[in-house]
Amino acid sequence: MQRVLIFGATSAIAEATARRLAATEVAFFLVGRNPKRLAAIADDLGVRTGNRAHQEVADLDELDRHPMIIDRALAALGGLDLALIAHGALPDQRACQQDVGKTMDSIHTNALSAISLSSLIANRFEHAGHGTLVVIGSVAGERGRQSNYVYGAAKGMLAIFLQGLRNRLTPAGCQVITIKPGFVDTPMTKEFAKGVLWAQPDDIARGIVRAIKNKSDVVYLPWFWRGIMAMIGMIPEWIFKRMRL
Amino acid sequence: MSTVARIPLSGWGRLPISRQTLLHCRDRSSPLPLPDHGTLLPYGNGRSYGDVPLNDGGYALLTRGLDRFIAFDATTGLLRAEAGVTLDEVLKLIVQQGWFLTVTPGTRFVTLGGCLANDVHGKNHHVAGCFSAHVTRFELLRSDGERRICFPNDPWFRATAGGLGLTGLITWLEIHLQPIANAWITLENRAFRNLEEYFQINHAREAVWPYTVAWIDCAARGSALGRGVYMAGRHAPVGTNPPPIRHSQWTLPFTPPFSLVNTPVLRTFNWLYYHAPRPRLGYSHYAPFFFPLDHVRNWNRIYGPRGFYQYQFLVPHKSAWAALCEVLDRIACSGQGSFLAVLKSFGNLPAQGMLSFPRPGVTLALDFPNRGAKTSRLLDALDDVIRQAGGALYPAKDSRMRGDDFQRAYPEWQEFRSYIDPRFSSDFWRRVTEQG
Repeated sequence: MQRVLIFGATSAIAEATARRLAATEVAFFLVGRNPKRLAAIADDLGVRTGNRAHQEVADLDELDRHPMIIDRALAALGGLDLALIAHGALPDQRACQQDVGKTMDSIHTNALSAISLSSLIANRFEHAGHGTLVVIGSVAGERGRQSNYVYGAAKGMLAIFLQGLRNRLTPAGCQVITIKPGFVDTPMTKEFAKGVLWAQPDDIARGIVRAIKNKSDVVYLPWFWRGIMAMIGMIPEWIFKRMRL
Repeated sequence: MSTVARIPLSGWGRLPISRQTLLHCRDRSSPLPLPDHGTLLPYGNGRSYGDVPLNDGGYALLTRGLDRFIAFDATTGLLRAEAGVTLDEVLKLIVQQGWFLTVTPGTRFVTLGGCLANDVHGKNHHVAGCFSAHVTRFELLRSDGERRICFPNDPWFRATAGGLGLTGLITWLEIHLQPIANAWITLENRAFRNLEEYFQINHAREAVWPYTVAWIDCAARGSALGRGVYMAGRHAPVGTNPPPIRHSQWTLPFTPPFSLVNTPVLRTFNWLYYHAPRPRLGYSHYAPFFFPLDHVRNWNRIYGPRGFYQYQFLVPHKSAWAALCEVLDRIACSGQGSFLAVLKSFGNLPAQGMLSFPRPGVTLALDFPNRGAKTSRLLDALDDVIRQAGGALYPAKDSRMRGDDFQRAYPEWQEFRSYIDPRFSSDFWRRVTEQG
């Protein structure tokens, strides 16, 4: 029985991933903000797995609640094998530029909150000598672009933090997996016109489950984003800064 | 819930095509997304054939995002799920736990909401009735924000079962399942030489087999008119352990520029199908038995860019023989055969829905590639036969029946009208009630 803790369980990618994990023997502890949607997902996973999914309604921006949530999850599940950190919010870049408060809020939600949870879970895993931490980052975190650099900066900070955590936890026998999705058709991106590069949440979920199985480190989803980001990374800054991206 | 630009949509027959703005439903507790103007219509997995799921110039409420299970009691077989869950998803959950759908249509890629809204039937209609007979309750979300829990015999239940999505959005439903011992079907095949033999076999088999259906060679004429193969089945008993079968899946990856179905192909296919050796008694996994066409993804593309017409009608028992002979004769004479002509006699269990299609009689489903005026003429000629026989056409398959034919065959349509949500409408409904 795999014991799984999911933060941001009502996100489309998290839900799709949980459903795929539900095909195996698994017990869930789900954390989400919207009580009705969280209950609907918990019920669904309960039917799919044949045992009730634990749920906790929480706003993960409240960092001081994190230790208590993790304690409850560990108590309910009797330990922990896998943690997925999937919450996040895509801010309006223009609004962030006008209002530095919004910039700080976005950094708080997308980076600090995830870093807080990752730290707490990492300590547990390190102590237990076992565990897999999966965190949803973004290809946006690789290079700052004028259209999306607040979100990108948060995801970039998160990626570097996770890199360090991976380096620290590898000797302890723990996995830290950074997932870098490209464009995904989810409620978070509903305002965007969708083209050929867009993936469905279940495509990302399939990649996440594969990454867990393969004990991967950094995974681009779908795979072709690794190539795209490598090329974007090679553009010299004196050209990049003049591009409209 | 969110919006995307107006895009072309069609039913499974790929005709007609209409343009509507898409609204995604992802959360059953959310209110309906209500634009300032225009009408809505739920769109599930797009498996009804004609214009029943379409609402040109309006909004499509995409229900596939409502795909969560709510509760399943594996001791009583009661399942509650959101309306966008497909039968395929249900079967993946329940079969290994010893349960099966009590009524299933010929494809498992339909949503539960679609099954209720079209009050679908299956091969066991003569013993189990329609889909709605096994729905214990559902929630209907109206555009005024009201959430109505509907139970059998409630007028809202009767309006929504077979109500073609017009009474509001079905958000979730609860159904009764039937217990099974395993995933296998015991089956019996029997060829019949003509319609007379069909009726004899059907009479005897219906008394003992819960699933019965026949395939008819509609290219045959003269003394072979109405020849075909009768298939009967039941869920296999405990201890059945047939050899494992291969589950392969074919896909038609693109639409060919013209229909691959033409007269020589049809004649050959039908001849081969009739003469193919098949065991008289045997076992089948449930999937090929109930869902033979699901084996080929996007099989509807075979008819090319012009699409095809499904034509499913029912004629009452007393006029069935004469009407079927006349229909088969007209089809054979026209040379526009149908790939799979499926014949089934319905039982006497009354359907609950005001607009439910099943009623006592015999039903035949045919498909015809769209060849323009030539096909229209044939179908008009078939309409005449059905009308004379006091029969009915199935809205879920239709894109062309005349308004007066609909109104005659569905006399409760006037009463039904008062249950339509004021913000809901469909191409089908406008066609059969506002014209001719």
